[in-house]
Amino acid sequence: MVQMTMIEAIRSAMDVTMERDEDVVVFGEDVGYFGGVFRCTAGLQKKYGASRVFDSPINESGIVGAGIGMAVYGLRPCIEVQFADYIYPAYDQIVSEAARIRYRSAGDFTAPITIRSPVGGGIFGGQTHSQSPEALFTHVSGLKTIVPSTPYDAKGLLIAAIEDDDPVIFLEPKRLYNGPFDGHHDRPAQNWTTHPLGNVPEGHYALPIGKAAIRREGSAVSIITYGTMCFVAETAVQETGIDAEIIDLRTLLPLDIETIAASVKKTGRCMVLHEATLTSGFGAELSAQIQEQCFYSLEVPIERVTGWDTPYPHAQEWQYFPGPERVGRALKDLVEAA
Amino acid sequence: MNDYAPLSFKVPEPPVRPGDEPDFSDFEVPKAGTVRKPGIDSDAHDIKDLATTMIRVLNREGDPVGPWAEDIDKDLLLHGLRSMLRTRAFDERMMTLQRQGKTSFYMKCTGEEAIAIGHQLALSPGDMNFPTYRQQGLLLCQDYPVIDMICQILSNARDPLHGRQLPVLYSSKKHGFFTISGNLGTQYIHAVGWAMASAIKGDTKIASAWIGDGSTAENDFHAALVNASVYQPPVVLNIVNNQWAISSFQGIAGGDQATFAERALGYGIPSLRVDGNDFMAVHAVSRWAIERARRNLGPTMIEWVTYRVAPHSTSDDPSKYRPREESEAWPLGDPVLRFKNYLIQAGLWSEERHLQAEAEFDEEMRVSAKEAESYGVMGGGSSARDIFEDVYKEMPPHLLAQRQKMGV
Repeated sequence: MVQMTMIEAIRSAMDVTMERDEDVVVFGEDVGYFGGVFRCTAGLQKKYGASRVFDSPINESGIVGAGIGMAVYGLRPCIEVQFADYIYPAYDQIVSEAARIRYRSAGDFTAPITIRSPVGGGIFGGQTHSQSPEALFTHVSGLKTIVPSTPYDAKGLLIAAIEDDDPVIFLEPKRLYNGPFDGHHDRPAQNWTTHPLGNVPEGHYALPIGKAAIRREGSAVSIITYGTMCFVAETAVQETGIDAEIIDLRTLLPLDIETIAASVKKTGRCMVLHEATLTSGFGAELSAQIQEQCFYSLEVPIERVTGWDTPYPHAQEWQYFPGPERVGRALKDLVEAA
Repeated sequence: MNDYAPLSFKVPEPPVRPGDEPDFSDFEVPKAGTVRKPGIDSDAHDIKDLATTMIRVLNREGDPVGPWAEDIDKDLLLHGLRSMLRTRAFDERMMTLQRQGKTSFYMKCTGEEAIAIGHQLALSPGDMNFPTYRQQGLLLCQDYPVIDMICQILSNARDPLHGRQLPVLYSSKKHGFFTISGNLGTQYIHAVGWAMASAIKGDTKIASAWIGDGSTAENDFHAALVNASVYQPPVVLNIVNNQWAISSFQGIAGGDQATFAERALGYGIPSLRVDGNDFMAVHAVSRWAIERARRNLGPTMIEWVTYRVAPHSTSDDPSKYRPREESEAWPLGDPVLRFKNYLIQAGLWSEERHLQAEAEFDEEMRVSAKEAESYGVMGGGSSARDIFEDVYKEMPPHLLAQRQKMGV
C-alpha cells in the first residue's frame, strides 16, 4: 500500500490494466505526450508507446465514436473526455450507439468502452468546467455510471470499469483529485497523502460495480450522496453534531438500493445530497426509490440538497455550491421536524 | 447610410419538380475509359482530378474500356450479376410482404445493387462493413441465410435480433456486417475506430464505412474524416450518392457547391468519384482502395454516383417531390441491364439464362418468405422476455425486478 492522490490512483488503474491486457488503449485530448490536463495519464505513453496511449483531435463524438469502433473490434478503450462539460457532442454516440450495440445486435456486437471525465465544481471553472451531468447517463439504459470519492475507490472501480464488458461512464469529481474537500474553500486544502482513504494497493484489485459504502454510521438521519459531497456531508455532521449516517453510492447505476433502504429504514429520516442541479437530477430518482422502499419508515419528507437550477456561475461559485452550511441547516431541519 | 444592397437568402432547389420534364442537362458524364488509373501509393494531392470526374468502365456498347477495365474472374462476374438479381427479387418479395401487412416497413435498393455487391466481392473474410440501411446486397451476395433476413423483417420467433430492431437493420459479425443504426452517420466513425484498432493490433483486416449523400452533413462524417486523416487507418470511406435523402435532393447536403468526393481532399485523403451503376467500375475501384488500405497506405474515399429508383422507404411517396419519370431518365442507366449486356456480349451469359435466374430467385424468395411467415409475422412470435435481455451482459437487479413485475 502507498499513499496516492486520486489522480495517481486513476493513473495506476490504467497502468495496471494496460500491463495485464494488451487490448487496453488510452486516448483523448492531450492525454498522450503531455499526460492530460489533470495529469491522469502522465508517463503512460512513454511506458506503453504511442499506439496504445495517444492524443486525439478535439472532437468528442469522434473520440467516443472511434472508441466504440475499437471496442467492436475487440479492444478495451479507456478514453478521456477532458471535462464532462464537453461530453455533449458525444452524447449521441454514447446514448444511441455505445449503450445500444449489445441490445440491438442481440449480443452479436458489444462495446466495452470506459469513458472517463472530470465532473463537478469548486475550482472556479465557470459553467464550462464545473457541471455534473450524471443524470443524463443514469437515465440511459445500457450504461453503467460510476462516481468515486476516494483514491482507493477510484482505482478499484476504474479497473472494474475497464474490465467490464459493458460501456461505463466514469465521472471523476475534479475537486477531489488532490484531496478530500471539506466544503470550506477558504481553509487550507487537505491532501490525500495524509488521508487514510489515500492509502492504495499498488497492484491490481477490482471493486464491485453497484455497491455503496457506508462512510459514517449514525442513527439520526441518513445522507445519501456521492462524489465531492461525501466530504461536505462529513463536515456538516461534525459542525452540527448530528449523528447522521453517510452513504457514498460510488456507483449510481446499477444502484445499491439495499444499502440505502437499510439505512433509511433504520434512521427514518433522509437527505439526498448532490452538487448537480435539482430538477430531474439523480436525487429525484433516489427520492422516488427511497419513497417506494421506505415509505412506512419515513418520519418526515425526504429533503433534497443540491446545486440550484441555474447554470454553474463563476464569481458566485460558493453561493451556488451546496456547502456545509446549507447541508447543516437541512440536517437540523430534518432532525427537528416532528 | 451604406451602399450595400439587401442580402438575400438562398435555398437550393432541384432543377425540376413533379409535373416537370426530368432534366439532367447539368449532370456531366465523362466517356467510359477516359479516367486515368494511378498507383495505389498515390498522394491525395496528385490525384485531385479523380474527385471531380467519374470513373466508368462499361461504355454504351457494353464493352469494358480504359485503364480501370480489369480482368475479373468469370465466376465472380456471374456471381455478381446473380446476386444483383437475387437482391432485386428479395426487394420485390419484401415489398409484397409489406403490402400484405406482414411487416410494418421495408427499404429497397433498386438501382444501387452494383455498389454493395461489387464492393463486397472485393473484400476478404474478416473485413468489416459499417453499413447503412440500403446495403442489403452486402449480405445477399454472401452465404447469409436469406430466411434470417426475412425473419428479422417480420420480427418473428426466429428473428436473430429478437424483435428489437426496425425491419432491415440487420447485424452479422460473421459476415462482416456491423449492426445497423437508425441514427444516420454514426457508423462512419466506428469504421474508422475499428480500422485504427486493426492497425494498433498489427492485423491485416480493413474496414469499409458506408454513408449516404444526405448523411455526409452529419457531424460524425467529419469526425470520421479527421480521424482517418490523422491516424491513416485501413478504411474505405464509401459515400453512396443516390441523389435523394427522403425528399431532399443532394443540393441540400451541399452537393451543388462541390462533389461529395471533394470533401476528402481538405483532409488529404485520396478520393475517387465513380459510376455506381457500373459493376465493373465499382469492383475495380473497390479493389484499388481495399488493396491500398491493406498495404498500409491509408484511407480512401469513394463517391458512388447512383440514383435511388425506389422510394426512401415504404412510408415515402417520391411522386410528391420529384418527377415520376426521373429514374427512367437517369443518365447512368440500370446497373443490372448494363452488366447483363456486357456479360452476354462477353459470351458468359444469355437472355435465356437471365430469365431463368430471375425465375429462380423469385421462387427462392417466395419459398423463403413462406417459411419465414410460418414463424410469425408483424412481431408475432416475439417474446416479451427479450425486452430485458442484452441490455447488459448480466441483468442488473433493477431490470430483474422490472421483468418480474411484467410477469414474464
